[in-house]
Amino acid sequence: MMIPESELKNIERLRWQCRRGMLELDVLLEAFLDQHYEMLSPRLQRHFLQLLEFPDPVIHSWCVGGENPDDEEFVELVDSIRATSVA
Amino acid sequence: MALEKQRFDTLILGAGGAGLNAALQLANANLKVAVVSKVFPTRSHTVAAQGGVNAALANVLPDNWHWHMFDTVKGSDYLGDQDAIEYMCREAIPTVYELEHNGVPFSRLDNGKIYQRAFGGQSQNFGGDQAARTCAAADRTGHAILHTLYQQNIRAKTHFFDEYFAADLIQDQEGIILGALVLDIATGEPLLIEAKTTLLATGGCGQVFRTTSNAHINTGDGKAMILRAGLPLMDMEFFQFHPTGIAGKGMLITEGVRGEGGYLINKDGERFMEKYAPNAKDLASRDVVARSIVTEVREGRGCGPEADHVMLKVNHLDEAVIAKRLPGIRESSKIFAGVDPVKDPIPVFPTAHYVMGGIPTDRFGRVMPTSDDDGDHLPGLYAAGECACASVHGANRLGGNSLLDILVFGRLAGKNIIDYVKDNPSHRPLDEANVEWAMGRLGRWDTKGDGITVSDLRKEFRKTMEDHAGVFRVEDMMQEGVEKVRAIREKLADVRLTDYSNTFNTNRTEALELENMIDVGLSIATSALHRKESRGAHSRPDYPKRDDAEWMKHTLYWQEGDRLDYKGVRSQPLTVESFPPKERVY
Repeated sequence: MMIPESELKNIERLRWQCRRGMLELDVLLEAFLDQHYEMLSPRLQRHFLQLLEFPDPVIHSWCVGGENPDDEEFVELVDSIRATSVA
Repeated sequence: MALEKQRFDTLILGAGGAGLNAALQLANANLKVAVVSKVFPTRSHTVAAQGGVNAALANVLPDNWHWHMFDTVKGSDYLGDQDAIEYMCREAIPTVYELEHNGVPFSRLDNGKIYQRAFGGQSQNFGGDQAARTCAAADRTGHAILHTLYQQNIRAKTHFFDEYFAADLIQDQEGIILGALVLDIATGEPLLIEAKTTLLATGGCGQVFRTTSNAHINTGDGKAMILRAGLPLMDMEFFQFHPTGIAGKGMLITEGVRGEGGYLINKDGERFMEKYAPNAKDLASRDVVARSIVTEVREGRGCGPEADHVMLKVNHLDEAVIAKRLPGIRESSKIFAGVDPVKDPIPVFPTAHYVMGGIPTDRFGRVMPTSDDDGDHLPGLYAAGECACASVHGANRLGGNSLLDILVFGRLAGKNIIDYVKDNPSHRPLDEANVEWAMGRLGRWDTKGDGITVSDLRKEFRKTMEDHAGVFRVEDMMQEGVEKVRAIREKLADVRLTDYSNTFNTNRTEALELENMIDVGLSIATSALHRKESRGAHSRPDYPKRDDAEWMKHTLYWQEGDRLDYKGVRSQPLTVESFPPKERVY
């Protein structure tokens, strides 16, 4: 199925939001975007947008540092990001 | 459609620590300031700096800016300019206090003073006992500083152009910089920002190497703009490599892993550091370990299907030790290397970390356009931070001096700009031909048809840089590298985009970044080829000694004709005696 132009551009916008100040987040978030984002439920897609608004050290502590978000809403998303294949 | 134009007193390209600290001085002085950043400001690479800022506050142990100066001169392998180093070490103290007053949440001692930690390369009494000089905000110093400066800039009404890509500087026929042509990444619309003064603060360029610890944004944009404006870059051969990055990815694996008993092995399982450094073994200095790893790979003893890395073995250590003393390493290895270090060794290779060279400036951040030792600065153009070279790091940088560099010289450039704008209150007339040239460079990417993709050429370029201008530097392979990178520069004309739209066209942005990386890469490869000595981070097995008689000088590289020239090191400090060159022993 062709992905509509508007949806493609939304993904490109998110791709730029995945450009961070830390290499670890660049690699992990962009891989997650490519591998999983389109398959996420609308609720988790919304959470991903919200996650990108957090400061880099916070996202790093969740996705790489092994800490869990206080907000239960993010736990499922963070688990999926951690499981993204980048190796 | 007519090109949109906006006017400001000052244009700052880059929103890391240097750009934001400069912007704050200017906005507080009621100047009209524009800050252009290709990502949201608090996502600048400064956020990744965990360690801290050096300043001789003497809160924990006795300290003195003069001792800090000694350590910095020695660390630079005597290539640093001693007037700039004295200035930085003295200004470190008011700079840190100003940050404190602006709200940076530094960690505290019980007595309420700023906490300071000990870092390598710091001494008391000119090479005596360990000093404690690095001011930290837990392990998030860069983030704390960046966040505070951003908030203060919002308060001071700095105008931010977030997610705008600076394409080229605009100059008049006398070479005076009049601002920059920038591109709104969201819409693809160009915008001409005219300014009485311009400050480049665009950060480093680690992305020119395949394996780097730098974020993807570090593509050397400001350095490349300077080259295209006909100005030089200085000391670009001096690039700091960390010996253990995750192979093929670049993320740092801290030296602490080897400190806790981890060691390196090749494909035969041989603990190879025993041959290169029989005493220190895996704890030898960074450059020795990095070069040993590359030697193993070059001589066919690398690991993996491509035989392109070695292994860092930690699985002989107790799991509890790894969990307690090396937190984060296990998670990081699992995610980025796909191995659990408790069970399997971590694939590693040297990772490009920090560039000492950059846009040559004096100690006020003013850009110096010539190789003339007594030459004057270019009026109205400034640079600060990792994109610049105030020559405080010389041939190698000390831990804790990178945040210091960006903050001190960002602040001082800001203060100098205030005076400049007072004396030069008018905009100079635009040179329309130069604007057309810059627009033409952008328009080139509208050419459709088949060609090489951005990602393919980027991959070829970064691998070439790693193989020919990275850690291992001998004449023949470096000469071959320069020729290969020149050939890659020629291939740029054959690159075509896969997306020609305007909205969030990341393919076009990455093409512009690739042009910048190749321009900067050639400055590194060319400068490194011609420095025939080993000094600091520039290590030449074919010229293994430092050669003060011939090479105590700065390299300057111009893009036109890939020309090099040299200028003397400023070894006379401002108020104290010069530190004469000695062999560096730690």
